[in-house]
Amino acid sequence: MADYKIKVRRFQPESGEGPYWEEFNVDLEPSLSVLDSLLQVKDGEDGSLAVRCSCRAAICGSCGMKINGQSGLGCKTQIGEAQEQANKMAAATGVTAAEASSPIGAQAPEQSHLVRAAGQEEAGAGRTAATTEVAAPIVIEPMGNMPVVKDLITDMESTHWTKFRRVTPWLLPHGEAPEREYIVDPESMLDITQSMACIQCGACVSSCLSMEADPDFIGPAALAKAYRFVGDPRDAETKERLHDLAEDPHGIYDCTHCFSCIDACPKDVAPMDQIMRLRRKAGEEGIEDSNSGHSHEMAFVKIIEKKGTLDESGLLQESFAPGIKGKLKPSKRAIKEMLGSIPTAIRGIKTGKMRSLPKLIPGVHHKLPGGAQDDVKAIYKHAEEHNEEFNLYIKGDEGELAELEAEDAFEEKAGAQANEEASS
Amino acid sequence: MPTHDVLVIGAGLAGQRAALAAAEEGVSVGIISKVHPVRSHSNAAQGGINAALNPGDSWESHAFDTIKGSDYLGDQDAIEIMTREAPEEILHLEHLGVTFHRNEEGKLGTRAFGGASAARTYYVADITGQAIMHVLYEQLMKYSEQIARYEEWFSTALAIDENGECCGVVTRNVADGSMELFEAKSVILACGGNGQVWKPTTNALICTGDGIAMAYRVGAKLMDMEMIQYHPTTLAGKGFLITEGARGEGAHLLNAKGERFMETYAPNKMELASRDVVSRAEQTEINEGRGFPDGTVALDITVVPKKRVHEALREIVLVGRDFAGVDITREPIHIKPGNHYTMGGVKTDVDGRTDIPGLYSAGETACVSVHGGNRLGANSLLDTLIFGRRSGADAAARAKRIEGSKPSRKVLEDEDAMIADINSRANGSGRRVSEIKLELGQTMDAKVAVFRDEAGIQEALEVVQRLKEEAKSAYIDDHGSIFNQDLLGAIELGYMLDNAECTCVAALERKESRGAQYRTDFPERNDDEWLKHIDLEQTDDGPEISYSEVTITQWEPEARTY
Repeated sequence: MADYKIKVRRFQPESGEGPYWEEFNVDLEPSLSVLDSLLQVKDGEDGSLAVRCSCRAAICGSCGMKINGQSGLGCKTQIGEAQEQANKMAAATGVTAAEASSPIGAQAPEQSHLVRAAGQEEAGAGRTAATTEVAAPIVIEPMGNMPVVKDLITDMESTHWTKFRRVTPWLLPHGEAPEREYIVDPESMLDITQSMACIQCGACVSSCLSMEADPDFIGPAALAKAYRFVGDPRDAETKERLHDLAEDPHGIYDCTHCFSCIDACPKDVAPMDQIMRLRRKAGEEGIEDSNSGHSHEMAFVKIIEKKGTLDESGLLQESFAPGIKGKLKPSKRAIKEMLGSIPTAIRGIKTGKMRSLPKLIPGVHHKLPGGAQDDVKAIYKHAEEHNEEFNLYIKGDEGELAELEAEDAFEEKAGAQANEEASS
Repeated sequence: MPTHDVLVIGAGLAGQRAALAAAEEGVSVGIISKVHPVRSHSNAAQGGINAALNPGDSWESHAFDTIKGSDYLGDQDAIEIMTREAPEEILHLEHLGVTFHRNEEGKLGTRAFGGASAARTYYVADITGQAIMHVLYEQLMKYSEQIARYEEWFSTALAIDENGECCGVVTRNVADGSMELFEAKSVILACGGNGQVWKPTTNALICTGDGIAMAYRVGAKLMDMEMIQYHPTTLAGKGFLITEGARGEGAHLLNAKGERFMETYAPNKMELASRDVVSRAEQTEINEGRGFPDGTVALDITVVPKKRVHEALREIVLVGRDFAGVDITREPIHIKPGNHYTMGGVKTDVDGRTDIPGLYSAGETACVSVHGGNRLGANSLLDTLIFGRRSGADAAARAKRIEGSKPSRKVLEDEDAMIADINSRANGSGRRVSEIKLELGQTMDAKVAVFRDEAGIQEALEVVQRLKEEAKSAYIDDHGSIFNQDLLGAIELGYMLDNAECTCVAALERKESRGAQYRTDFPERNDDEWLKHIDLEQTDDGPEISYSEVTITQWEPEARTY
């Protein structure tokens, strides 16, 4: 058994008070979970601490929460690991996870004095933690991008489930069902089983940076669900689904590729990968969406291949009027978009983010020096030669498998040697 | 007052399947669940679902395996219906979109499972329950005009009219604490099992026997309550489940000496004997000192090809890694028998009808009985779907047939009073609810588990009766309306204690060893005296015992070896 201090962001809606932080001391095995620590508090100390939970084994998806700022499941995060993480954060930054998390309280501005008070109090403690290696508190908060109902309970209906229903989440086969089963490629079923493995916990939604910027973004969980139908050979409305998701300004092209959802997902669903699959399929369908999402993506690929680094001004042009080479024919919309981006460019210059003014002129952007460009080309070549879907249910973890193969080869070799020795 | 023709309580596989079947009949349906439907415990069914669908397999073979598995306590008419209708149900699910594993020809593929004479388990990796349940939930969303969903509504009592027919239910909206009296012509209880009565258990925290207790309290009979399955492969301490699919894929059980001990207990079926047989074998090894110091034996999955493990047992790779710190592809994992499944429950006929007109039950809450003394792996999902569907259809037919009656407000007032009483108990006036739950769980796991005897069961019963008294003054901290989980926990404790009392009484009564009930003081099966069901009915003096016949169609009881 070991002692831990957990710091929980609480909100008791009937108290008339705003959100506040509360610390609890708990005593449990390091291999037990953060959820176990909350249940210990609930059972022994404060039954009003609200947290959804059921299976305790990362199957039901109830206990999505943020632990030290990272979205995940309370039941799947070991308290010992959460402690190490909290300590590391404190040591690395001189700031405890507790402090780092405080600004989130700014969501409720009327309570900012409370949060500030807590933050100041922590600031001192945090520095001590960093220098004397006193354990930093493990910070537990409700999921992000969702209204908080009570303590760690969020309103998933208004955020996650509404969007989930938006993607028509049921199979749409055409015609009569066959007498027996549909005959389909076995790999196709394994392929969409990765999406089926989603337990709707909301951790990806909580972590989604695009959704933070655009609350209307359909989001990683709902789009992963959409792939489950797009990738299903039994579904007859693949094209309609892809058009719908590509044309929606909050659809598949609203994802910014930040990988947060992949990190957060407790079931290795890799929602972003599913979104990229949707994009690829939309591209294969030749869907030129009105958001220019597809051409924007292609522009990225083309420019990096050509120059090795991103030419922002070229990107804009290429995205809205692909195929320059002296034949620039921007559509009315492209002109509008390019003019519309001028304030962004000015802001970039003012803030020092855009340092090289010539970069604003399309075509001026330089290539990578020397052999670096060849390396980029080699990456492209490798990607083209390995143009296959990566799916956990089919292949397991990539690194893990490579390791296993190496190990098997070694064992075989050792076995062969042993045989040889035995026969000689 | 919200009114529906058919009201389903519980939204796991049985409840969702019942709701869809009722909606198909064109009646209005409401489905109530204390958690969001996809959080239901059907999720945890990893391994698969049985059906004799392969050429060369037959429903008779599936039925016989099930009957033998049940140690001849299963009702053979019900088992016949379940196994005959299984293939059609699998195809129905496949057509709805379940991503069942395919063989190389692209057809449905199977895996081997315990107690079965053929590989007839259909599966989706090791997330079969989850995959099926999410697909049914897709259908609930699709038919949302006919099926109203009440997600996070906690049911506290059934309403019975003056003719003794069920006409509604009192339910608390968890989000705001409001109490509603729902009216319905038919009510289906599909609330899952009672695993939380034991600690540890593979079951989720929500599995508190709500449906069984609610039915019992309005006078419905319970049956086979002594039959509690201990699953052979659960993680020590936490009770997490390692699917039987692991043994289906070829994993071995080893004692601390490295011996594959099942050779002694089930030389033919080895690790794939019935669960009660394997659990007893493991417990015997542990009790006789051939286990590991932590009171376990080992499950060796390293003998299964690695690619196959990643493809078909991925979930338990994660369970091993995240909850036991073991890479199951490289080293054996320590396991022990753990509480897993409630074979008994609310006594129903093959259409889910209980003794109370208008009240139905399906899934783990119900006892049809298709599992008898011991459930075969991958028959539970099948049970939920077949009898969920049949209950839904019959409940809808009844709703079309009858006028229905308005439930009396009295039941709502009683429930308001019950909640006011819990809220009125001062902090520190009695024990904490959580303390009572812990004592209950540990007592049941010690005394009413794999091996039982009269003294132990009697002791457990006395503890349960004392805890029932203590529960009357147990206090809670939260007195609010919004998401008051503390209050719900106190109500659940009452459900759990009713379940526990019934299990103890039935286990004490059955003076023989059959299926999951192994009495060290009566170690033999005794067909002359005990080839019968034990039924229980609530009275002021506790459960009253009666008996009912086991239906035998074509399979006479035989000695049971694997």
